[in-house]
Amino acid sequence: MDTGIITRINGPIVEARQMDNTGMLEVVEVGNLRLIGEVIRVRGSVATIQVYENTSGLRPGEPVYCSGRPLSVCLGPGLLGTIYDGIQRPLDKIAAKGTSFIPRGEKSPALDLEKKWSFKPTVKVGDLLEAGQVIGEVQETESVLHRVMIPPRKRGKVTKIVPAGEYNGHDILCELQDDTAETTHQVGLFQYWPVRQPRPSTQRLPLAAPLLTGLRVVDTFFPLAKGGAAAIPGGFGTGKTMTQQALAKWCEAKIIVYIGCGERGNEMTEVLHEFPELTDPRTGRSLMERTILIANTSNMPVAAREVSIYTGITLAEFYRDMGYDVAVMADSTSRWAEALRELSGRLEEMPADEGFPAYLPDRLASFYERAGRVETLSGSEGTVSVIGAVSPPGGDFSEPVTQHTTRFIRCFWALDRDLANARHYPAISWRTSYSEYLPETALWWKKSAMNWADQREVLMNVLQEETNLQRIAKLIGPDALPESQRLTLFVAEIIKNAFLQQNSFDAIDMYCSPKKQLWMMALLANFITRSYELIKAGATLTEIRAIPDLDRMNRMKSEIPNDDTAAMSSLEQRIISALDAIGHQHASYGK
Amino acid sequence: MPEILANHDGLQYTGVKNIDGPLVFMENVHGVAYDELVEVATPSGDVRMGQVLDVTANTALVQIFGGTDALSKASTRSRFLGHPLQIPVSEEMLGRVFDGLGRPKDGLPLPMAREYRDVNGEPVNPFAREYPRDFIQTGISSIDLMNTLVRGQKLPIFSGNGLPHNRMAAQIARQAKLLNEDVHFAIVFAAMGVKFDVARFFVDSFEQSGVLRNVAMFLSLADDPSVERMITPRSALTLAEYLAYDRGMHVLVIITDMTNYCEALREISTARGEIPSRKGYPGYLYSDLASMYERAGRLSAGGGSITQMPILTMPSDDISHPVPDLTGYITEGQIVLDREMYQRGIYPPVAGLPSLSRLMKDGIGKGRTRDDHPHVASQLFAAYSKVKDIRSLAAVIGTEELSPVDQLYMKFGEKFESTVITQGEYEDRSIEQSLQLGWDALKLLPREELLRVTQEELDKYYTA
Repeated sequence: MDTGIITRINGPIVEARQMDNTGMLEVVEVGNLRLIGEVIRVRGSVATIQVYENTSGLRPGEPVYCSGRPLSVCLGPGLLGTIYDGIQRPLDKIAAKGTSFIPRGEKSPALDLEKKWSFKPTVKVGDLLEAGQVIGEVQETESVLHRVMIPPRKRGKVTKIVPAGEYNGHDILCELQDDTAETTHQVGLFQYWPVRQPRPSTQRLPLAAPLLTGLRVVDTFFPLAKGGAAAIPGGFGTGKTMTQQALAKWCEAKIIVYIGCGERGNEMTEVLHEFPELTDPRTGRSLMERTILIANTSNMPVAAREVSIYTGITLAEFYRDMGYDVAVMADSTSRWAEALRELSGRLEEMPADEGFPAYLPDRLASFYERAGRVETLSGSEGTVSVIGAVSPPGGDFSEPVTQHTTRFIRCFWALDRDLANARHYPAISWRTSYSEYLPETALWWKKSAMNWADQREVLMNVLQEETNLQRIAKLIGPDALPESQRLTLFVAEIIKNAFLQQNSFDAIDMYCSPKKQLWMMALLANFITRSYELIKAGATLTEIRAIPDLDRMNRMKSEIPNDDTAAMSSLEQRIISALDAIGHQHASYGK
Repeated sequence: MPEILANHDGLQYTGVKNIDGPLVFMENVHGVAYDELVEVATPSGDVRMGQVLDVTANTALVQIFGGTDALSKASTRSRFLGHPLQIPVSEEMLGRVFDGLGRPKDGLPLPMAREYRDVNGEPVNPFAREYPRDFIQTGISSIDLMNTLVRGQKLPIFSGNGLPHNRMAAQIARQAKLLNEDVHFAIVFAAMGVKFDVARFFVDSFEQSGVLRNVAMFLSLADDPSVERMITPRSALTLAEYLAYDRGMHVLVIITDMTNYCEALREISTARGEIPSRKGYPGYLYSDLASMYERAGRLSAGGGSITQMPILTMPSDDISHPVPDLTGYITEGQIVLDREMYQRGIYPPVAGLPSLSRLMKDGIGKGRTRDDHPHVASQLFAAYSKVKDIRSLAAVIGTEELSPVDQLYMKFGEKFESTVITQGEYEDRSIEQSLQLGWDALKLLPREELLRVTQEELDKYYTA
């Protein structure tokens, strides 16, 4: 391979000459320490390289080794449960070498090629296979069946397939004879894919189902579709990471890719400690079995932060191609955008808004567009949903990253400072958030014979009316309002406390099953509608407030377990009979 | 002043091409490494340190820590030392005073160093971290009860000029302890661009409480060259890492004032002609701050811990200013001091709602502080946030017009501020005392308003 010579070092940006044969986005090894870098500009024989490791101590005159291939990730069984850095170096294996820090020039393989996996073939000799089709299965973890696929751009007739047994990364499992190209292909457990290039699929499909998350404010008010893209913007301390982690824990995706991009080291440590202890409510297995972590914390080199979100989404697409629903959490895309800005500044490019490069919206678009529901090459159906946190400076949503992001997502969960200050979590504002996936979601619930949309409307109307009333109440005091409007303020408070606020540390409330959510919605909607009727019939708010079981209703989220139908119907009975009792005292009620 | 030693290996260069603010541009230099340390001598023999910021095959851009005054184009002599900026580290550095680059400032000789360490440190592998969860009792209710500090956390104080952040930091340094271990914190103190009086205040305070020999101080005061402030916190953290991870000590690092640090960074960035982002600060301010704040924590390999308490003054009390804003995005919470509360005579004036400790949830509760602690804290936040709303309503319609429940909230607010938040500068409260005070305030509210605590807790503490 070719070798160049370093001519300039400016932080993570290095220039080298004698690079005539290098390609754009080619991976190179820089200096005597062989630091990993990527070519990002070629001018004549001089290449500009962004280096993914600290360049301290590097000198002009040291060599640059070309590799001839773009930055790629290794795909295969063993990814799940692992923690990688931005360029897919396994942080757990590096730590196992006995150092608590990340040494420079470290090159541990992403996956263990020696490890034996139990492979079961699903094809036979003579089958004609296309790229992306499944040749066999490996039980990667107890809850996830890994499908071994033919890498893109390979096809042909099976001339050899190994019998079921134990194989490692070096073994050839299947050979294909491609008659049209007159070549043979060998397929093993592992394959490589360049991170900046989306993996191919047969076609994109319209979104059809909500990604249920167990967070009531999301599932009820601002649902995300499977294959959709959402953003969580919020100033510091409003709970972006807490919300991302809650989603990563409980959303019903089969695989979670959690990208810690320029954030705190302790947050990744927390996930590493907490996830193995938690069980997935759907499979009963440890959550870590379905999770891949990509950690490029804020103190790790900035260029690797830029690439980490591509690494993450490529891993997600790989599992999508097996026919799974995958959710990608990127925390935070603002730090990624800042990495772009820093690199762009060092390249002396002309800046656009607030120093960000002019291609920022383009890069954001190409990232969020990798979300979607597709028909995979093997004919199954898979989705990648993307949830990106945004950290706007000063909590001001008019800054470039938030503004550009809103153009490429369809679900906006705005975190509210006042809610966070009152420790109302998740602090997703019902005033400024929105979801454009409502029609798809409503249709899906309707197909499941559930009256989701109407009940949502009842609750949402109360909250919207309350927002208007609060303005007046702030001027004249709530007691000066008429009875029905005071009822609105009262029930809005119940919706906030009993339904929207969710305690992610409470053993019961941390995850709310769809069944319980619908029951809670129905109970509240019923309570609200009946209360309005009672007030109309002459009842007073004081009478409604005096219902003894209101306190129980306010605490139902943490007192009634997800599957305790008996407790649910018992509470419902008591509330309804209490409302009936008030009704009987007012003759005009129900007439 | 020491002469440049002539018997060192390596080339000595005479003359520089350009001098521009804190930066020096050199031509015809060879074999220079990025980030390398440079010794520069003025014509009178005064030696300054510098660091390479940008290097090509025959040029180097160097930032000079001691300032560029008295440097001349023709007769400045310089020598590249072949390694990045390092400071000596040893346990003997406790009890001593150094400048920002780790050189003694107390008139005593250099400490016997076991080794020299690169001030930039290395990023910790997130996999090798231990999640911090040991409760530190500071004896201050507004912290222990509402914004708990844990060992290995980075929790800054967001303050303003004239607010008692120094007194509060000194109180924490004096009182901080673990509940069931008899461990004392070693303290590493870094001051950047603060007045001599401030540094003096800390020395006196450490002396009074008899911990001075357990404190290492790195001082780069207001009249020291501003570029030195870039290195001061890094020197302090390098020593802290050595003490914590190599010597197994538990270290509390107090850094003041981060705003001055950021201004020094802005100065360099402007001199280099970099594209600014907000308020003239460079686009990499976040990454730069993170490279220091992230040097807090614990390792799973054992050893001690680094708990960081940076202090920063918010320019015109604006929490959305880039320095507090980016700090808040990196640190694990923040203690915000409130001017209005301080004017009303409340000490410590910890603003109830914007203050936050992110690691609190795992450091408190059963087996750590007390079972009801998480719920009590959440309930106090919820109730106090309601107090704020009711107060603004009362300002419009008058207190008499408030509903009876709202009147109770007003009473709760007063009691909360005057008994839970307010305390003496030398008052060291146990966590039990703090919780009791919290419940005493909550008792002013009707039971059905308290939805964040459980029925059992209400039975046990509310009715009792």
